[in-house]
Amino acid sequence: MSESHSHARELTPGDLRLPESSLFARLPAIGGVIGLVGLGAAFGLSSADHHRIDFWMSLLTAFMYFLSIALGAMFFVALQHLTRAGWSVVIRRLAENMSMSFPVFLALFVVITLGSGHIWHHWMAEGAMNDPVLKAKEAYLNKPFFFIRAACYFAFWLWASWFMTKRSASQDESGDVSHTRVLQKWSGPIVVGYGLTQTFAAFDWLMSLDPHWFSTIFGVYYFSGSVVAFLAFMNLVIIIMRKGGILGHVVTTEHQHDTGKLMFGFTVFWTYIAFSQFFLIWYANLPEETIWFDHRMHGGWDKVSIALAIGHFVVPFLFLLPRPVKRNDFLLGLGSFWLLVIHFVDIYWLAMPPHYVDGLKITASNVAAFVGVGGLFLAAFGWNLRQRNLVPAKDPRLAESLHFQNNWG
Amino acid sequence: MAGENKLYGVLAEFESPKDLLHACEKVREAGYQKWDAYSPFPVHGIEAAMGQKPSPLGWMSFIGAITGASLGMLMQWWMSAVDYPLVISGKPLFSWPAFIPITFELGVLFGALTAFLGMLLLNGLPRPYNPLFSSERFARVTDDRFFIAIEAADPKFRTAEAKDLLTKLGATHVELVEGQA
Repeated sequence: MSESHSHARELTPGDLRLPESSLFARLPAIGGVIGLVGLGAAFGLSSADHHRIDFWMSLLTAFMYFLSIALGAMFFVALQHLTRAGWSVVIRRLAENMSMSFPVFLALFVVITLGSGHIWHHWMAEGAMNDPVLKAKEAYLNKPFFFIRAACYFAFWLWASWFMTKRSASQDESGDVSHTRVLQKWSGPIVVGYGLTQTFAAFDWLMSLDPHWFSTIFGVYYFSGSVVAFLAFMNLVIIIMRKGGILGHVVTTEHQHDTGKLMFGFTVFWTYIAFSQFFLIWYANLPEETIWFDHRMHGGWDKVSIALAIGHFVVPFLFLLPRPVKRNDFLLGLGSFWLLVIHFVDIYWLAMPPHYVDGLKITASNVAAFVGVGGLFLAAFGWNLRQRNLVPAKDPRLAESLHFQNNWG
Repeated sequence: MAGENKLYGVLAEFESPKDLLHACEKVREAGYQKWDAYSPFPVHGIEAAMGQKPSPLGWMSFIGAITGASLGMLMQWWMSAVDYPLVISGKPLFSWPAFIPITFELGVLFGALTAFLGMLLLNGLPRPYNPLFSSERFARVTDDRFFIAIEAADPKFRTAEAKDLLTKLGATHVELVEGQA
């Protein structure tokens, strides 16, 4: 065949495995050490005041941050099966491996449980239910039900991520198309389950930090940020891998362009949700609702709020809008890195103000907990990368993905 | 065809999108400017084969959207704070958060309209008549044939050379088309 313009792409066995020398293959060891040292430092460096609330809040913030990436990854995998997407097959395994990190988050949540009474003390503390507003919410906001719900969320996430990854990896061996059919069938219920668990987890773990306050859109807010963070992380992984010669001629600029477009889209979606939440509360002007934004408009938090509007919308919107930016490794990598940074600001802004009403505080423990949880998450990701092929080698839509091209535009 | 009609160009017919892509590359390399490819469906990679530059439509739409959004905010400011000031639920006259939805909608509207009208403009549409319609074989361009037409208006155009080139590139049929562009 003399094909001058459309190269026939095929997988070679070398594309399927991580080279032992690559950074990604060493992530389990490196990430594991950094993770444990980071968490130790987060505890050691934290202020001992108020039952080490500094450490507990740092841990919760870092936990919610990296959990959002894993949740975004799981959503992405389910979405590809749900829409029977062909373009994304070559990058789907990366997302599957990111979503297989839930055991780490379960372990972290068990640790967080030890400090739950301090983290959610506004409603867990003794006597909290003397407050008539909280009393009315007691049927939902009580410890046994809180932990039962958490168990349900983790059970579902562990099962769904394992189910989708296991099926996909089994297909690598057999090439059996029935795996694809089963995943397509189950991706619908999985997305529904994902929506419910993710929403209520955001209610339980972040929104209930300020238990008087409520916002029905809060779960969607956390979701929108999750998907942005996942896509940004995915872009960085792809770019760094390809620079290191991994997946170099399997994943192309065309795939990066598409994940870049999705990241841009979800940045706008985040803005839409963030503004909708603010808008309705601002307009109605009811004290029990505005208190949440009031906390975030004083004592340095006001500057964080403005930084979020600019850094999570205006800057990435204008920066990621032109086509050439999304097709350039360096620029897309820069945009992705920026969004991962600003997503942390977002989670910090959601979690911290109820405990630092007097003003914005950034502590050494905040930083160390971020590094620690991040290290463990990367270790889990790296460990999973080593467990199976890097690409779903016998997916029926693999050829479509290998040859995927964007139209001119 | 009447003899006094001007030559419009050379029309070549190809049997497959692959032949068309290959021929496009060669026609581009030969340095022609005024020519086009015709196909019943979008052919992947044809933009690169033809050497087309990215369309300015995105930027036009962006400017349209910014204009629309600005006008939307300006309009509401003028109506609510200048022309008919009315205090609503104790909020300032110029309560910008309240104006965001309409600002956003007008941004989308102007952006979409600019994209639509800009597309027509850049494509030279509407264009009810094209000299290529006089070719009977060209009717199959909406079915199962692929065409390249090199226009006589091209500065490099020599009838014999253009015909030779297209024949060499595997055209199954080459003909001259007359008519006013």
